[in-house]
Amino acid sequence: MKRIITLTVQDRSGVLNRVTGLLQRRQFNISSISVGPAEKEGVSKMTLVVEVEDDQRLEQVTKQLNKQIDVLKVSDITDKAIVARELALIKVASSSQLRSEINGIIDPFRALIIDVSKDSLAVQITGRPDKIDALIELLRPYGIKEIARTGLTALQRGHQPQVNELATFSLLK
Amino acid sequence: MNVEAKLEFQTSTAPKTGADLLIDLLIKEGVETIFGYPGGAVLPIYDAIYRAKSRIHHILFRHEQGMIHAAEGYARITGKPGVVLATSGPGATNLVTGITDAMMDSLPLVVFTGQVARAVIGTDAFQEADVMAITTPITKHNYQVQSITDLPRIVKEAFHIASTGRPGPVLVDLPKDITSGVLSEEPEEADIDLPGYQPTIKPNPLQIKKLADSLAKAKKPVILAGAGVLHAKASEELTAFVEKHKIPVVTTLLGLGSFPADNPLSLGMGGMHGTYAANMALYESDLLINFGARFDDRLTGNLQHFAPFAKVAHIDIDPAEIGKNVPTQIPIVADAKEALVELLDLPVSPPETVEWLEKLKQYKQDFPLWYKHDPNGMCPQWLIEAVHKVTNGEAIVATDVGQHQMWAAQYYTFNQPHRWITSGGLGTMGFGFPAAIGAQIAAPESTVVAIVGDGGFQMTLQELSVIYERNLPIKIIIVNNGALGMVRQWQELMYDNRISESLLHTQPDFVKLAESYGIRGVKIDNQEDLIASLPELFAYDGPILIDCRVLQQEKVFPMIAPGKGLHEMIGVKPE
Repeated sequence: MKRIITLTVQDRSGVLNRVTGLLQRRQFNISSISVGPAEKEGVSKMTLVVEVEDDQRLEQVTKQLNKQIDVLKVSDITDKAIVARELALIKVASSSQLRSEINGIIDPFRALIIDVSKDSLAVQITGRPDKIDALIELLRPYGIKEIARTGLTALQRGHQPQVNELATFSLLK
Repeated sequence: MNVEAKLEFQTSTAPKTGADLLIDLLIKEGVETIFGYPGGAVLPIYDAIYRAKSRIHHILFRHEQGMIHAAEGYARITGKPGVVLATSGPGATNLVTGITDAMMDSLPLVVFTGQVARAVIGTDAFQEADVMAITTPITKHNYQVQSITDLPRIVKEAFHIASTGRPGPVLVDLPKDITSGVLSEEPEEADIDLPGYQPTIKPNPLQIKKLADSLAKAKKPVILAGAGVLHAKASEELTAFVEKHKIPVVTTLLGLGSFPADNPLSLGMGGMHGTYAANMALYESDLLINFGARFDDRLTGNLQHFAPFAKVAHIDIDPAEIGKNVPTQIPIVADAKEALVELLDLPVSPPETVEWLEKLKQYKQDFPLWYKHDPNGMCPQWLIEAVHKVTNGEAIVATDVGQHQMWAAQYYTFNQPHRWITSGGLGTMGFGFPAAIGAQIAAPESTVVAIVGDGGFQMTLQELSVIYERNLPIKIIIVNNGALGMVRQWQELMYDNRISESLLHTQPDFVKLAESYGIRGVKIDNQEDLIASLPELFAYDGPILIDCRVLQQEKVFPMIAPGKGLHEMIGVKPE
């Protein structure tokens, strides 16, 4: 199962290496990882999407991450109310004739064209990974030249519903 | 002005360097001994050691692996961090085995490595190695000092991290320009700044209550005592708890001595070469209380057959160990001593264990450890018993890894804590002899015996120089069977007797070897001579090497074959 784990870490050299090295050593598969500064100076936030077999392995991965001296907090937010987004840049082969056709495809996704050249254009899309996957599939027939994705990043919503009002939905399962 | 006074004058006016500051910080941490080896990148530190000679003690080893194992032996006996100093590049990479060993066996070490100057890091400079990347997975934490002003905080944190919580090795990488740099002013006192490191020491009272309730209801309780009991210095509390409730105790390999082996409630060591009674107690138990053991695979055997009828309570200071291998119903994150004190305070009606104890007593009687004497030579098991006898069972014993290690664990019964030094998790050959050096430095008045195999001894024997130089009266017992005995045993049992590359056909003359280092050496090849000479050899005031020729065919029994469960031991009785 895929789980979204957020880490608050001390912004010290080697901390990313510590986290990824640990996951590799304990045989956890990372689907994506995104890192950036957090609200407090000297602190970074990492969002990991990891593939784990079961709850016992999930418990291990969070405990092992917690053991790292530079890791301040580990949260598995998969089952929480969250907002989760990924950004992707997609370069599509496109002559000038196809441009408006592509525009029509990306418009419902609220994606933007952010670069245009003679024979290609670059699309920027943000959203949940499955939405990005869907757009990529639609653009594939035009010839995708390059894709760059940031990996998922996520926040817990300000209001966490009580258990009884929480509909069981998941972004990733 | 005489020469000495002049030197004193020069040193007192010499500007203070980063290295001088480092030495001051070490002294402040209470460091008495540095286990070290010099080299280019640590020359400034060695210059500072030269200046600080009267205040700190440095022991020069002959190989970095030897010195780090010595530091491990020192840490095992004192509970204080062993301090290691090596140069950059090869000096640092030679430490890797010892650092990993300390990580696996939770030994506190603070390791200082030299590094090339900051300006050339990353340029493949002479003797440069990426020590931070190499040691990240094998240290509890590591640092590279980027600014001299960070040094006081880093040193303080390194000692704190190494010696608190679950102990472990911490490495500090010191670029040469940091240690050679001249201090413009004394850096300020630093405080520890570790918001991400707060080990849980006190147990949760609700969990303790839960354990006490389960204990009162248990019919077949058993305690598994691991090295965590020794790290917590909780042997007394454990014994009190065991006596109060009459619970049988199994010790792990690294937990030997945490509970007196001669106590009637002791079942001995569990695991692959543990006793039948210990393993059957774990197998049949209905409540397994683990104090500070990590359910290593050599203890559990096949996990499917491990304690299948038991509710499991696990007291460990490292939360990640709980539930890692064995599903645990009562997890308690705490220091073993704190948990035992709380448990002792609770009014618990003692469990009804009379029947259970009777059954286990029967197992002990029916299936004791055994070996057969052979008129053709010396039995290694008998040799260990003889060493036990001549030392009244009170020696500090350090071993290598392999058959002799298991025989020492089985036959040198430990009634006191902090007498047993062995490489458990990593299983490092070459560990025993240097570890004994560290132990003798830590406990100069104690009898220290290095029980080593002829294979492992040859991996670190260069440290004979150190025991000669320091006149450390270590007794080295080579259990010499001319083979890598455990490998040979497995090849015989599991590879259809295809003895592949596990016999040491050529060996040095160990007696002459010892003598060439200035150390007394003796060779003994039969039991009569050994029994006659051992008292004199152990009374000898100085280091001595005793090359004991033992039977090559002897195997370590009983045994749980790989993949088998605790209840599937072989060799529990003489054929």
